[in-house]
Amino acid sequence: MPETSTKPELLPPAALARLEELARRYPTREALMLPALWMVQREHGWISTEAMQYVAKLLDVSPVRVYGVVSFYHMFHERAPGKYNIQVCQTLSCSLLGAEKLLQHLQDTLGIAHGEVCPNGRFMVQRVECLGACEHAPVCQINDDFVFDLTPAALDAKLAELP
Amino acid sequence: MTSGTKESPAVQRILSLHFDTPESERLATYTASGGYSACRRAFARPPEDVTEEVKKSGLRGRGGAGFPAGVKWGFIPKNTERPMYLCINADESEPGTFKDRYIMERDPHMLLEGILITCWAIRSHDAYIYIRGEFEDARRVLQAAIDEAYAAGHLGANPCGSGWRIDVTIHRGAGAYICGEETGLLESLEGKKGYPRIKPPFPAVVGLFQSPTIINNVETIACVPWILEHGGEAYARIGVGKSTGTKLWCISGHVARPGVYETPLGVPFRTLLEEYAGGMRHPDRPLKAVIPGGSSVPVLTASEALGVNMDYESLGQLGTMLGSAGVMVIEEGTCMVWALAVITRFYAEESCGQCTPCREGTSWVNDIMWRLERGGATPEDIALVHNLCDNMIGKTICVLADAMVMPAKSFMKKFKPEFDAHIAAGRCPLPQPVRD
Repeated sequence: MPETSTKPELLPPAALARLEELARRYPTREALMLPALWMVQREHGWISTEAMQYVAKLLDVSPVRVYGVVSFYHMFHERAPGKYNIQVCQTLSCSLLGAEKLLQHLQDTLGIAHGEVCPNGRFMVQRVECLGACEHAPVCQINDDFVFDLTPAALDAKLAELP
Repeated sequence: MTSGTKESPAVQRILSLHFDTPESERLATYTASGGYSACRRAFARPPEDVTEEVKKSGLRGRGGAGFPAGVKWGFIPKNTERPMYLCINADESEPGTFKDRYIMERDPHMLLEGILITCWAIRSHDAYIYIRGEFEDARRVLQAAIDEAYAAGHLGANPCGSGWRIDVTIHRGAGAYICGEETGLLESLEGKKGYPRIKPPFPAVVGLFQSPTIINNVETIACVPWILEHGGEAYARIGVGKSTGTKLWCISGHVARPGVYETPLGVPFRTLLEEYAGGMRHPDRPLKAVIPGGSSVPVLTASEALGVNMDYESLGQLGTMLGSAGVMVIEEGTCMVWALAVITRFYAEESCGQCTPCREGTSWVNDIMWRLERGGATPEDIALVHNLCDNMIGKTICVLADAMVMPAKSFMKKFKPEFDAHIAAGRCPLPQPVRD
């Protein structure tokens, strides 16, 4: 299991209120699993063991069920992902148009491989499968935002302008 | 952004008609062009009539399987005590597919009106839109549209004065291709790992929360308002044979103008390529191959593709499928062993791991493909891939294994000399593969 680091109060009152509001839309507590985990990840950037135990209590399920879900879905992070998570699509439409070269360039520039975070915590690189934006291949997502029609130079420029 | 900008008769565009209208995602824009009138017509008729109208249209599921939507709705059991659920599959994850994103971002109220009509037809009070986690932009637009629809009274306790409560909830996925499989989607919505379920029972009988559930793709449901407005027979007159209506094509790869284009079903592939997508991107690199329906369907050679019409039956006659209409276009110079290796990597990454033949088989075939491409393969490896494929297809709970086997077998059959050349050379023999 990953190391723990989040604070005792995992979700602020407003998020908890939103979750309870959402609970009225589902006949089971367990159906709030993905919404609750998204709230935790939005708040903290990742999902610690403590957070999994916290969500388990909120939903009245065993912690191992929560861990099973967190580890199943690609987008949930069990470790801090870095300020900017750069997800480079490698599926066919993007690969046909230079996605391999793009990923290689990114890894060389930042000196990190797939799944790694820069020592200063600024960037993480992930090789991901089809992002559903093949008309703009090659594409990546930086956190939740798409970046379209990329070249190595365009990606460099994009990274340079990030705050 | 790219979209169907070709000028064509109005009847040929149903779904993309307002994609390029300013503020097309707003309620006011939608109602100004007659939006939310089809659901009033629907609420004025008995639910069975609405289902009957959709049956008459011949509308087939646009997610990949192509099952007639009205027939599916008819499977909902009568006289049950349990609630009914509608799930909209917005997980759009089939490689090469990006049409549902356009509908949600550019005409979300068309989808919401389709949901209202469908809920009435199947007597459901609760609809969930399961959207893939990566589509945050689309989710925000859709949520804003839902909020507007609630405020205007189109959703909630009394939509269009019908007295029939309908609540719509977006459920955000978290990055798992398997959750686009309908029973994987249900498990995920219930808060679990997205492991597909054994069928039967089918979701229409035992689905979400053990209740009867209809699961339809975004594009399918977005067609429903037009059908109620103009009639199922009018819809059935568009297209060809049992492939009725229009279709959103997602064209990507080595074309001049990749994008989403709408035409009636039955359009020749050559027309799609040359008139809509602007032809190949390099005049000196002709067409080599086409994957017509997302990466899970068998590949077509250039000569097959240039002679085929894009409808369920014509593609079926060539041994492939319309699938999700993710049309991936590949030019001469592309290494087909490498292309298949890229495809098999997707399935190896996305296998959920529940069934052994798929969990082991997808990774094993993928390892062999990269050996062929990069070196280290033996002449026996080709036979081994065929053997693995034969032990995967039809032997698992869902069709993810089949979805890797179908492209793998078709690539190895139709481009056999390339695979043989890789074996002979000990690795990829192409001096400079075209990859950018």
